[in-house]
Formats: sequence, structure tokens, C-alpha cells
Amino acid sequence: MNTLMKQKKVDNKTSVKTDKKEIKHTKSEAAMDKNVFEVNNLNLWYGNDQALYEINMNVPQNKVTAIIGPSGCGKSTYLKTLNRMVEMVPIVKTSGSIKYNGEDIFSDKHSVEGLRTKVGMVFQKPNPFPKSIYDNIAYGPRIHGVKKKAVLDQIVEKSLRDAAIWDEVKDRLNENAFGLSGGQQQRICIARALAIEPDVILMDEPTSALDPISTLKVEELVQELKKKYSIIIVTHNMQQAARISDKTAFFLNGELIEFAETDKLFSNPSDKRTEDYISGRFG
Amino acid sequence: MLGIDQKNILKRIRGRVLLNNVLKGLFFASTTIGLIFLALLLYRILTQGIGYLNSGFITSFPAPYPEEAGIFAGLIGSLLMIAIVAPVAIILGVGTAIFLEEYAYKNRWTKFIQINIQNLAGVPSIVYGLLGLTFFVYMLRLGYTLLAGGLTMSLLVLPVIVVAAQEAIRSVPSDIKEASYGMGASKWQTIRRVILPAALPGILTGTILALSRAIGETAPLIIVGAATALYTLPDSLLSKYTVMPIQIFNWTGRPQEEWQFVAAAGILVLLIVLLFMNAIAVFIRNKFQKRY
Amino acid sequence: MGKALQNEAMNIDVQTMIENKRKKKSVSGKLEKLIPAFLFLCAAVSVLTTAGILFTLLRESITFFSNTSIIDFYTGTQWSPWTGHFGVLPLITGTLLITLIAAIVAIPLGLMSAIFLSEYASDRVRKIIKPTLEVLAGIPTVVYGFFALTFVTPLLKTFIPGLGIFNALSAGIVVGIMIIPMIASLSEDAMNSVPNKLREGALALGATRLEVALKVVLPAAFSGIVASIVLAVSRAIGETMIVVIAAGASPALTFDPTRSIQTLTAFIVQGATGDTTFGSTIYYSIYAVGATLFVFTLLMNMLSQYISSKFREEY
Repeated sequence: MNTLMKQKKVDNKTSVKTDKKEIKHTKSEAAMDKNVFEVNNLNLWYGNDQALYEINMNVPQNKVTAIIGPSGCGKSTYLKTLNRMVEMVPIVKTSGSIKYNGEDIFSDKHSVEGLRTKVGMVFQKPNPFPKSIYDNIAYGPRIHGVKKKAVLDQIVEKSLRDAAIWDEVKDRLNENAFGLSGGQQQRICIARALAIEPDVILMDEPTSALDPISTLKVEELVQELKKKYSIIIVTHNMQQAARISDKTAFFLNGELIEFAETDKLFSNPSDKRTEDYISGRFG
Repeated sequence: MLGIDQKNILKRIRGRVLLNNVLKGLFFASTTIGLIFLALLLYRILTQGIGYLNSGFITSFPAPYPEEAGIFAGLIGSLLMIAIVAPVAIILGVGTAIFLEEYAYKNRWTKFIQINIQNLAGVPSIVYGLLGLTFFVYMLRLGYTLLAGGLTMSLLVLPVIVVAAQEAIRSVPSDIKEASYGMGASKWQTIRRVILPAALPGILTGTILALSRAIGETAPLIIVGAATALYTLPDSLLSKYTVMPIQIFNWTGRPQEEWQFVAAAGILVLLIVLLFMNAIAVFIRNKFQKRY
Repeated sequence: MGKALQNEAMNIDVQTMIENKRKKKSVSGKLEKLIPAFLFLCAAVSVLTTAGILFTLLRESITFFSNTSIIDFYTGTQWSPWTGHFGVLPLITGTLLITLIAAIVAIPLGLMSAIFLSEYASDRVRKIIKPTLEVLAGIPTVVYGFFALTFVTPLLKTFIPGLGIFNALSAGIVVGIMIIPMIASLSEDAMNSVPNKLREGALALGATRLEVALKVVLPAAFSGIVASIVLAVSRAIGETMIVVIAAGASPALTFDPTRSIQTLTAFIVQGATGDTTFGSTIYYSIYAVGATLFVFTLLMNMLSQYISSKFREEY
């Protein structure tokens, strides 16, 4: 398995340290049954308002993890903390730790750019760049140093195929991405995230701005993608969570109330508040 | 995996982050150059001019010796100039803005007037001087008088006031207009009692900034014949006049070094007046900002 | 119940009062109909101003060109009105030289300031720096001229011993500083209006702030940025007092920045302040020069408007 942190270490020429780390690393992986994220005692504040309270959660690899909860429960904030996009708001403070493949993501040793290269994100509203479809997909590879046209062509095609939109756009790769429908734009954004071959894809209510048919396509795509990627998806739609996820976390008022196998959480929740929420009593 | 050499990516990230940080420093340094220049300019003028800035300087007329020279005629001239420009430009400017925003149909003519105003704002001030020279000084036979200067300056600041007033009127939320119409108010009643009061802070702020531009302008007034040395105050609209920037320009051109200090003292008075006007504008903006 | 009755009574009262008032107001109602006409007249003044400028420049220029050949005017290389030489090229090159120096100073500094303010600075830093930078735009140009002559020129002279007291370099640099806030402020506005979701999209792919600025924000805000630059350059072309004070009054067909030159604007001032009498050839030459200047700046302004309207990005 290629992980970000291991590679950084390999690049370092201090090989003694590297070995130690790797051993430790492998051990923890075996013990945790392959978790991509290990979150411990995470608290988060916007200025003086606390938005997340003592979150402990291990996100499994190559699974779809859904996060549900009513509006304002902190589920989006939590998701954006995982690739540190939450720091776009300058007044954010955090405590506790988040480990990605065993390494602290807040550590000064690693750049936030490196983290985001490995942990991709798809946003609530489609946000293609005002460029051609081709340039949208090639943007990531280009900033990471891929210059050869032939390689870029391959990456673009593969990413678009993986995002199940190749057939719809292959004849107009040089057209502006803004000309596509909302559902197509969102799949372009997914393809754009896939183009740099991340390990994890964070999805922040990716279907909330889409019509039912586009939603269905994105859901099918998620099922397909989990073979290669670990996916964490925030959704306000409980049926969607039940349909597509392996594990589901329920957030309420900034706390993680319950985190379990999706089947169990929906059929036999262990917390009263979860039961109230999934049976529609609030939210 | 296809195409992307994962190892290479991670190697490159360090370089990219470094480049980002270096250029961030460069961008910040560029930003400070403007600020340093500003600080240097103010510091120089303060140290040069402060020695000559006293009550005698403010209350004296021009004199052949630097120690006796004063800016009284220019100061009063500038204030009189504002007294002409303010009413003329505000009535014309706000009137134009109301017409364009509330009355005019959105047709080609309105668009033409709009583009025309934008273009007027970009005409060099000295061209207004030429207009004033032909039209006010010669054709209307006003001569080199306070009135000719004031009207020229009014036309100069007009586009600025129109644009500021338009923006202020446009930012009045439509629901309070609708509330007024909904109670049976006429168009003019709505404009006078609802729209103008709500837009007033924006209009005033824009107007004061436009007037402070008029106070600092030199070139057009040279063309329409403001006097460089004046030993009496203007006693009517048709008197000869001078303004502060003209006096400063005159002192700057003299070879003896002492006159530079006199010029700097004159600049200090000018800047203090401008500072005062801008402070009023900032005060109005902060006091009335975001009431909706 | 008593209250309800009272309310009803009041309702009737208010409606009657309105009715009475309306009858009284019929006079002022007629006056109100005149208001749109008055407002239209106000709006007409700005159109008349444009017409006045065109008419003035055109009429006096035509008189000038009836005595002096227009071809000689635009191809002549010697500008010496008091000896009868009216070749405007030296004034044009003088203007271009000043504008070029100003652009070299202001475009990089202004753009980099805009990128810093829009993409790197925190809200608090931006709220302090942006208005402070805009103070530069509010300083009267006569003050800049004074500063160029008494500070910048002596300072430059320590590096360039051959520099004259009046020179294009010092005036050009100071004109450049003067238009920095225009480029910085307007470009920053254009960059600020690029929606944040585009930045987020790039950052989430692992882009650095620099890559976001150069590859996402700059292309998206391109038209606004170009428009701001064109507008600022037009401002530099029309700038008068700085060049009158610091660049001297020696028309010269040269691109040597250490020499004294004269610009179109500076000649207009010289021509209008000298012993020029109404109706003399020199009097009319001022308008021919003014018309040339006006055409230059008008073209630049129209270009700026065209760019910002034609290439407006829709997000």
C-alpha cells in the first residue's frame, strides 16, 4: 500500500528513523484492521462557539462511510476537518488528533497540500473551473507536474471513464465545463478529484443540488468507486446513506452519537436519539 | 497506477510549497512599497513644512520673502470654490442619479447616458480646463473669475457624484420601496421619503470624496486662469481668485530652497483640509453603515 | 372591546384625513409632474458636457489646422511653438515615455499587491492595508509633483549622476506610484468576485495558494484586471501636474528617461499660462494638443469598458 506518510519518509535520507516509523506504522495498521482515519478526542471551535465535541471515530479503508444528522449538527465541519479545508475559516481552532494512515495531519512536518493530494474532495455544489472539460480534469495532474500531453490525455480519459461521464463528454472535451448540466458538472468534479489518484474521497452532500436521475448516477458511481477508494460521504438523505454506505455515523449537536455498520444502525440503533432521528422524529 | 508517479508528486510538493512561501513574501513586499512611499512622502513634507506652519502662514497673503508668505488667499479661495461646486454638483449629480435609477426606461438612450458618464469620468482633468476656458471664460464672458473656475470644477466632479449616488440608490432594498408604494405613496413621495434618506449616507460619502478631489485639483484651474498671487480676498462671484494647489505649484517652481519649505507648509494645510473632509466621510460611512 | 372600537374610529379618521390631504395636495401634485422633467435636465447636463468638450476641441482644432497642415502636425519632429514649429511627435513620445515608465512601476506592483490582498491577507490585514493604499489615490497631484522634484529626483541622482533636475524618470516613477492603488484596488475587486468555491475546488486537489491565485483566480478575473490596467494607463496619459513640475518643459524626441521632456498635458499648461493671447496660433495649438490627448484617453477608456463588458465571466 502506498501511503503519503510512508513515502515522505522514504524520500528522507535518514533511513534509520524511517525504518522505525515503518515498523510502528505497520503494526498499528494490523491492529486497527486498516483504518484510513483515526480520530481521537477531536474538538473544534469557530471563534468561541464549539462546533465539534470529543469526536472519536475510525474510518475504515475501501468502504463507504456515511455521515448523517440534522442541519447544523457539525457533519460538514467534521468532513472538512479531515482534509483541513475547514481552515479556510481563519477563526477555527481544534484540539485532539486526527491520524491519516497513522500520521498526525496537523503535524508541521507535513504540508496541507500533500494531505489534500491524498484526500480528495467533492463539494455540495458542483464547482468546475471556468475552463474546458479537459483542462478541469488536467488541472490536478498539471499542478503536480504532469506535463506530457499523451500522459494527460490518458489520465483525462481514465478519470472521466471512472466517473462514468466519458461517453457523454468525449466529443466535447474542449468545451467550457459550465455548459454541462448540474449532474454532469458534479461528475466532472468527481473525475477531477479522481485524476490525481487520491486514497480517500470526501463527499459533502454531493447530490443535494442534483435532480433524482443525476443523483442515481452519482450513487451508482460511489458503489463503483469504493473498490479503489475509501469514501466518506455526508448526506442529509437517510435513504441515500442506507443505500450506499457500509458504515454510518450519526452526528447531533456537534457530537458523534453512534457509529456502526449501516445495517445495524438503521435496523437496530443502540442510542435513543439515533432511533428518534432515523424514524423521523426530528431533523 | 496510471500516469502519475506518486513518489515524484511528493518530492515536488516541498518545492511547490517553498515557491508559494517565497512569492507570498514577494507579494507582501510589493504591497508595502506603496505604503512605504506614502509614509516617506508624509514624513518628508511634515519635516519640511512644519517650521513654516504657524498662524501667520495661515492668515497672510503672498509675499516676496518666504518668511512672510502665507496661504490665506488660497485657503479662502478653496473654501469658496467648494461653496460653489457643492450645491451645483450635488443637485445635478443626485438629480441625474435619480433620473437614471428611478425614472428612465432602460432603453438605448439611458444606456448612452450611462456610458457617456463613465467616459466623462475618464477624461483628463486638463481637458475640462479647456472646456471651461472656451465655454465659461470666453463664450459666457465670465473671464478669469471664481464663478468660471467653480463651474468648471462642478462639471469635473459631476460624474463621480453621479456614479456614487447611483450606487447608493441601487443599494436601497426594493422591499422598503415596495412597502412605500404599497401604502399608496406616489413615486416622488417614495423617492423623497424612503429612497433618498436610505441612500443619503452613500451619497454624502461619495460627494465628500468628490469634493476633496476638487480641492486638490490644479491643472484645470491653471487653464481657466486662477491667479498665482492675490493680495485681496474675492468679494463676489466675479472676482479674481486663487486656490491652495495653485499657490503650492507657484512656490514649488521657485529656485530658492526656502520656498520649498513654504510649499511644504502649504501642502500641510491642504492635506489637513483633505484629512478633515475624509474623516467626515469615514464618520458618515461608519455611523450609518448596514442599517438593513 | 373598547379598544377595538377605538381602533375602528381611528381607521375612519386616518382614511378621511388622507382623503382631505389628497384634495389639498392637488397643487403640489401638479408640481410633482414637473419633477421628472427637471431630473431629465440634470441628466442632460452630462451629455451636454460631452458635447461641449467635443465641440470645443473640434472647433478650435479646426481653426488651428486651417493655418497649420494636419500632416505636418502629426509627422513633424520639432515642437517649438514660439518659433512656429508645430510637430507634435515630441510631445507624444514624451507622453508615451512617462506612461511606459509608470506602467513598468505600477503594473507589477499593483498586481502583486492585489494578489496579496485578495489571496493571502487575512480580513483584518486587508481592511487596514486596502484603505491605506487608497489614500495614495487621494493625494493631490501637485503634492506628488513636489515630492518628485524635491525628493525622488535628488535620490535618483545619487545612483545616476547624469540625471537632470527635470527628467522623465522621476516623474514617470511617481506617476506609477500614483496609479498603483487604482490597479491594486480594482484588480482586487475583480479577484474578490471570483467565487470561493473555485478556490476550494483547487485547494482540495492539493494546490498551493500560489497555484490557486495564478491558475484559477487570475484567469477567472482576467477581464477585470486588464480593464483596471487600461484605466490606470489612461490616467497616466492624462496626468498633468507631476510632469509639469518634475519632467520640465523641453519637448524632445527621445526615449532617454534621464532627460527633460514635455508631455501633451504639460504643454497645455505651458501654453495657457504663458503670454498666450486669445486667438493666436499658440492658443489654437493648445486645443489641437488637447484633442490629441482626448482621443488617446477616450480610446483607452472605451477599450477598458469593452474588455470588462465583453469578457465578463459568469459563474
